[in-house]
Amino acid sequence: MSRLLQTPFVPCTANPSLRRPTNSGSSTTRLSARPSGTRIHAKVREIFMPALSSTMTEGKIVSWVKSEGDKLSKGESVVVVESDKADMDVETFYDGYLAAIMVEEGGVAPVGSAIALLAESESEIADAKARASSSLETPSSPAPAPAENAAPVPVPASPSPSPSPRPAASVMGSAVHPASEGGKRIVASPYAKKLAKELKVDLAGIAGSGPLGRIVAKDVEDAASAMAVGEVPGTPAAAAESPAVPLGSVVPFTTMQGAVSKNMVESLKVPTFRVGYTITTDALDALYKKIKSKGVTMTALLAKATALALVKHPVVNSSCRDGKSFTYNSSINIAVAVAMDGGLITPVLQDADKVDIYSLSRKWKELVDKARAKQLQPQEYNSGTFTLSNLGMFGVDRFDAILPPGTGAIMAVGASQPTVVATKDGRMGMKSQMQVNVTADHRVIYGADLAAFLQTLAQIIEDPKDLTF
Amino acid sequence: MHSLSSSSASLSSVPSHHPRHPPSVPLPTLRFCGLRPEALFPRPLSLYSSCSSPARRSARRLRSTVLVSASAGNGPPSKFDYDLVIIGAGVGGHGAALHAVEKGLKTAIIEGDVVGGTCVNRGCVPSKALLAVSGRMRELQSDHHLKSLGLQVAAAGYDRQGVADHANNLASKIRSNLTNSMKALGVDILTGVGTILGPQKVKYGKDNIITAKNIIIATGSVPFVPKGIEVDGKTVITSDHALKLEFVPDWIAIVGSGYIGLEFSDVYTALGSEVTFVEALDQLMPGFDPEIGKLAQRVLINPRNIDYHTGVFASKITPARDGKPVMIELIDAKTKEPKDTLEVDAALIATGRAPFTNGLGLENINVVTQRGFVPVDERMRVIDADGKLVPHVYCIGDANGKMMLAHAASAQGISVVEQVTGKDHILNHLSIPAACFTHPEISMVGLTEPQAKEKADKDGFTISVAKTSFKANTKALAENEGEGLAKMIYRPDNGEILGVHIFGLHAADLIHEASNAIALGTKIQDIKFAVHAHPTLSEVLDELFKSAKVNSPVSSPVSEPVGV
Repeated sequence: MSRLLQTPFVPCTANPSLRRPTNSGSSTTRLSARPSGTRIHAKVREIFMPALSSTMTEGKIVSWVKSEGDKLSKGESVVVVESDKADMDVETFYDGYLAAIMVEEGGVAPVGSAIALLAESESEIADAKARASSSLETPSSPAPAPAENAAPVPVPASPSPSPSPRPAASVMGSAVHPASEGGKRIVASPYAKKLAKELKVDLAGIAGSGPLGRIVAKDVEDAASAMAVGEVPGTPAAAAESPAVPLGSVVPFTTMQGAVSKNMVESLKVPTFRVGYTITTDALDALYKKIKSKGVTMTALLAKATALALVKHPVVNSSCRDGKSFTYNSSINIAVAVAMDGGLITPVLQDADKVDIYSLSRKWKELVDKARAKQLQPQEYNSGTFTLSNLGMFGVDRFDAILPPGTGAIMAVGASQPTVVATKDGRMGMKSQMQVNVTADHRVIYGADLAAFLQTLAQIIEDPKDLTF
Repeated sequence: MHSLSSSSASLSSVPSHHPRHPPSVPLPTLRFCGLRPEALFPRPLSLYSSCSSPARRSARRLRSTVLVSASAGNGPPSKFDYDLVIIGAGVGGHGAALHAVEKGLKTAIIEGDVVGGTCVNRGCVPSKALLAVSGRMRELQSDHHLKSLGLQVAAAGYDRQGVADHANNLASKIRSNLTNSMKALGVDILTGVGTILGPQKVKYGKDNIITAKNIIIATGSVPFVPKGIEVDGKTVITSDHALKLEFVPDWIAIVGSGYIGLEFSDVYTALGSEVTFVEALDQLMPGFDPEIGKLAQRVLINPRNIDYHTGVFASKITPARDGKPVMIELIDAKTKEPKDTLEVDAALIATGRAPFTNGLGLENINVVTQRGFVPVDERMRVIDADGKLVPHVYCIGDANGKMMLAHAASAQGISVVEQVTGKDHILNHLSIPAACFTHPEISMVGLTEPQAKEKADKDGFTISVAKTSFKANTKALAENEGEGLAKMIYRPDNGEILGVHIFGLHAADLIHEASNAIALGTKIQDIKFAVHAHPTLSEVLDELFKSAKVNSPVSSPVSEPVGV
């Protein structure tokens, strides 16, 4: 249960692990643990991490000078390695082709372990690649670059985009740009290009929101998170459970994890119950698509819709502080759970019912930036009156959440998915639907209260014109 | 004689007439550096000449050269209005003027624009103000770095006008310092465009004519804008405009990846811009030692919001207008075929600088510029169209194109003053350091490794390279700035330093130990015994000297032993 709470995900906002897919240090342990008895193919050679100084025990890959598939001649620089003393170019001793890179840039490998495979001829490249992935013991990982699939702890799996990215419908369409020759030419800023490469997003499918339709970094981030949303449930968020901690060890809680643990135990004192609802999101998706370019995020839209529903059902925004009374909160502050390195935090969108959607979106971005920089002030994460938790990014269709002590209710939001539905007039059709599930304190909030609240929320989301007022 | 009063000069004028002081004491066990000037000036200037005249020159010949203007300015009142008139009050002219006054010359300096020239008003000085800002922004934005130091800082921001004001205020301040220093010494500052009317005759302003025993041309340079590029000063700009920082574009293309382009990329990316480099050569930072360039690219380009196109010319650049962005047409540098079109918010033209000699009246003394530069010999004496020396006319600084650096101009000016006051002097350009003030900085002096190799092959000696990393330096690690490399190219047979290149924290300040050693002819086997305070960044150089393998004994004692 607490695991679930530790892993909410924020929609449409790239989480840190998504931004930096190449995380150093994660693949090393596996590399060193690779069975030494790997069968040596006659014409596929391993490139080892060299010892650049007498004191060097491991080296970091600064950059690969060559890429997979490049032809190498003896004596050419292949990779730049950082030792404890300096960065040095490492040359190949053989002619051949760089078949597979086993440790990505930024990765660390012990001296003597294989960091890449060298094939003697082009025909052996595929062979070498197969060997690279098998020797890395990641059978579930289809990618030739396994290091990227290793997720940082403990946020499970950056929803690492599949190797052949399938841009979600919302980002399809040619880049509309006056001077892009009908979409033939892609105009993207340097940072956008860099991000696209990192996040494996195809720039061709992105509509730019920058000046004159230029693709800017934000568009790429949006596309990447949209891709993650569009991921069909069941597609494993690759290597989700890959442990980047030494197995069999005991790791003490961080301060944040300690706080989560304390709160979770505390929550057992509250009698909670759950009510679920299925909401059609076609109209909301359309609205989002329309105003996304103005910086509006899905998180802000959901928070806004929830806040507007809470206006009509103040009891759901109340809490029970002393076990004897209702505390009706004067403002509607929506807390949204965000996964962080090493735990989670709930930045709060204050007065979400009163602030317009654009300001709310800006505020949200600011809060997430601050959260990442660990600079949130206490009132920015502990003043929530109602909490949202969203795992839709991972393809989770439904889950329930633990009620944070001191509040009345928390809503768990699943993924919105295309669903075949029968309508009242006897027809069938495709609609996007998502399931929400509210956990509430039954001392103050009763079943009928939640039911009425959810009905209102569904009405707002299914006819979202009020969200932008 | 060898004292130096000019504050702006970075090079000491080396007296070639100084008596050679034989080593009077045996190699002491305890050495102190710099106690006796004799030990620091053991011989005339280093033997090979400036980059533009590669012919080697022997010390003998150097001393026997007949001086052109033999009589010094200490005699009876001259029949001229001035002993020395300098056209152009930039850093070069200023350095020359100060040294001339010290030598007792009646000196005037003519300036058609503002005192200080490019460096002070539109170059090194205001750019250092912007780079000071960008350096701090980078520190404040580097979460990782701050965290590793245990620091917490709330999100850093900046006020564009405030930054621009800082640069502008700095330029005004340095300008007034420069003006005051000349006024205080009695240099006449004459306002107006200077024109040479004939031998020893100069006009300034509308019709003020003065005579001068010697004339120094120090008119400097302006940004070079290649054909096809339309500079509007707003969206297509040169460094002149960029230094005013009138706006910070979201996306700026920088044409040219030399030190000007690099420094501006450092400023712009720190202030939030994204940058696209357009470089005609096949690699970025073509002027730097290849190894340093590679590392610099890894640190200054790749991790930042910068992309680049190499091997292309910007054949046409149109400023933003009518709702269209700045358009840059790129053609292949070799085939000249169209390659790509960029659309950006602004373009900075940093393709180098062109000499400025308009209205100088060179035709009156039969001088024809070469690619715009005033032709000079190794003593900065101007050469006329017939290949003959023009008497009493010298040209220093960017206008002669030997080495387009402010401190080189100043050193050249001092060299000229030495000559006109009766002492022959040739400046060793290989001892002039250069620096690029990115974060971290790059600095260099002497030859790059390929240049040294070429010279070694030609002249039949071998070279060695010593390298050290900033990761091995305690002070750099304390600052958490271990990224950096220093390398020294030297002759293992005699310990001569051929070149030193540094990329790392405060590299620009560190280079002078090496440049001074080259200027004074100090050998590695001697300087390696000099002591560096610990822990300091200067130990990076100490490490270089100590790791060099020289097959030559210590040549002279550094100082008399002093027991304690």
